[in-house]
Amino acid sequence: MTDTNVSFVRTEQIPPSPPPAAEAGIVKWMRENLFSSILNTVLTVIAAYVIIRLLMGIVPWFANGVWEAGSMRECRDILAGASGACFAVLVDRWDHLLFGFKYPPEAYFRIVIALVLLLVAALPVLFQTVPRKLLLFTGLYPFIAYWLIWGGSLWTPLMLLALFVLTAMVYRLIGEQISTDMRKIAAAVVGLIAGVGLAYLLFIGAGELGFIANSIGTSGALNTVAYGAFWLMSGFTYLFFIPMGIFVGYAIYNSYEGGGLVSVVTALLFLYAALTFVFGPVSDGLASVVGLELQAVASRDLGGFVLNMILGTVCVSLSIPLGIALALGRQSDMPLIKGVCVIFIEFIRGVPLITLLFVANVMLAYFMPPESNFDLVLRVIIMITAFSAAYIAEVIRGGLAALPKGQYEAADSLGLNYAQATRLIILPQALKISIPGIVNVAVGLFKDTTLVSIISMFDLVGMIRGPIQNATEWIGVYWEVYGFGAMLFFVVCYGISQYSQWLERQLQTDHH
Amino acid sequence: MTQAQMQVSDEVAIEIRGMNKWYGQFHVLRDIELTVNRGERIVICGPSGSGKSTLIRCINALEEHQKGSIVVDGTQLTSDLKNIDTIRSEVGMCFQHFNLFPHLTILENCTLAPIWVRKIPKKEAEETAMHFLEKVKIPDQANKYPGQLSGGQQQRVAIARSLCMRPRIMLFDEPTSALDPEMIKEVLDTMIELAEEGMTMLCVTHEMGFARQVANRVIFMDAGQIVEQNEPEAFFNNPQSDRTKLFLSQILGH
Repeated sequence: MTDTNVSFVRTEQIPPSPPPAAEAGIVKWMRENLFSSILNTVLTVIAAYVIIRLLMGIVPWFANGVWEAGSMRECRDILAGASGACFAVLVDRWDHLLFGFKYPPEAYFRIVIALVLLLVAALPVLFQTVPRKLLLFTGLYPFIAYWLIWGGSLWTPLMLLALFVLTAMVYRLIGEQISTDMRKIAAAVVGLIAGVGLAYLLFIGAGELGFIANSIGTSGALNTVAYGAFWLMSGFTYLFFIPMGIFVGYAIYNSYEGGGLVSVVTALLFLYAALTFVFGPVSDGLASVVGLELQAVASRDLGGFVLNMILGTVCVSLSIPLGIALALGRQSDMPLIKGVCVIFIEFIRGVPLITLLFVANVMLAYFMPPESNFDLVLRVIIMITAFSAAYIAEVIRGGLAALPKGQYEAADSLGLNYAQATRLIILPQALKISIPGIVNVAVGLFKDTTLVSIISMFDLVGMIRGPIQNATEWIGVYWEVYGFGAMLFFVVCYGISQYSQWLERQLQTDHH
Repeated sequence: MTQAQMQVSDEVAIEIRGMNKWYGQFHVLRDIELTVNRGERIVICGPSGSGKSTLIRCINALEEHQKGSIVVDGTQLTSDLKNIDTIRSEVGMCFQHFNLFPHLTILENCTLAPIWVRKIPKKEAEETAMHFLEKVKIPDQANKYPGQLSGGQQQRVAIARSLCMRPRIMLFDEPTSALDPEMIKEVLDTMIELAEEGMTMLCVTHEMGFARQVANRVIFMDAGQIVEQNEPEAFFNNPQSDRTKLFLSQILGH
């Protein structure tokens, strides 16, 4: 038997020492990452060659760039055959690229103020640590921004704001503050108005459907089918306009005990009535007493990168709540709500955005009464919002589906009602899971705002493609302007992406 | 044992009459008859799939029953959302997988329902929450998130969270089945303490030691029916039905 000693006790610590020179620093890194095998060495050499060639092309182009010139011809004269960019176009058309070519230059400062205020308004939404009181400003911001950008009388946004506040007060009054008996009376009145109103609308709609059927006529097989279909729809609507009115009216009356549906419908009716009958006269009256006017700018005159920013900001901030509502609606137990949400989402997702924009531009005008003045930018905002809301709804549905059933059960078992459980337990978690997907849609949406250039709106791309490239002095300019456009979009999109990654880290609550 | 029985009052806490439940065509619960008096502590056991979890989940309407009646604390359980919310706020429940809210701190987990359902001021709710967290012996974890706690700690928080609603009845759905052996004890200790204070408890569990120590009554279920119920001593020492004997021999066999 050999004498093996398994027992061992260390009596002295081994002092730390630096690694061998070849195992540390840049030499080690290069050996491991660039020259670890023959193949990698060859690839490294080829890649280095390509990079150097690219730089040899690009660096002089930037370095020789001409910043002061009145036209492409002047640029070429200055460069005298050398390779170089003509950045002078950016200097010359700086205002046009940012603000469009029809926005009054003396009002540019209003847009700048609106954008700076946007940053302030966004702070409390983006960062939890910002004092919550700033949210009040965020709530006011849309009205301020509207006034700054579109101009006109301050009374218009102020009246709108007042109406929204009043509507919210009506909602709370009916929903929470009056007695059940009072609410019962209110529910009866509102149910009656809503029921009769709906029946009337359906009656008119049935007539319209019949009118469309007649105007299609029966010549040709396809027309006959359409003719039949429209008459069928018209007949159904005639058959059901009274029952539908009674049904909806009764449903509203019946909900007086819970208060939810009654207060929503009352508030909406109030808003509708106030907008139709009070809004115009009162704001005109106030404007005639005290002006508070800014030079009014038509929607058609908005343009440049600012138009992309406006469309992007408004559509993202509208489509997230709408997307949440659609996602929750799609999970609803109520077949009507679920059906409406599914049809909306599936229809919108099945149609290209550009089609919706054409509809916004051209088709809607056919359906609207001729005297109605439905702003083009508003139409475009509705379409882009609807489009991205459908996508966001599906992203959030994924987040909702990823939550364990136990979360719903725990919320239920504590006695939280649907609204509380959704707002406090389900959505915070589902939205956190959905952040990457939502950001994906938001970034996509922001870039898709350039599609409005196709329906002859002069956003950044529209400006470049139209007034700038077609100007006689700047014919042939290409890389400079599109590169600049790409850079602007990249800065914003990369910023959004970085923010979302930061937010995800912030919301991580386990293992730290 | 005698002391435990003394705490049981004649007042009825839960009354279940002729209750039946189906999942589609599958008959999960069949003619359940059960009366629970206030202060009673009932352990429900049985093989998996016997319907024991479903039974206690019917009591706070996490599952709907299709036939028969359930009356909790004098409130008839119907499809009326108001009744359901009333019952749920009186009945606390602990789950096998704790189901804490991972995006809220321990303290927020405990104060959420009192603040939103009971409309208690935040400060008062926090004091109550700290009181119950001390009771389950984890007040120092109040500002951590559930993901940073061990399973046993999470289950104790879940108990504290339910207690913060000051429920009159507590339901436990296999509270120790997802825990490591050494954590089971700390959760059971908490539950024993609760039992000693006279809480009405229904507990689905396979911890027979716990059943012997605190239960007034042990219910054995199989195939959606109550097969046998008795006081723990009699239940364990002298089971009547063959099915019960087989079950006990299997779980106490080693």
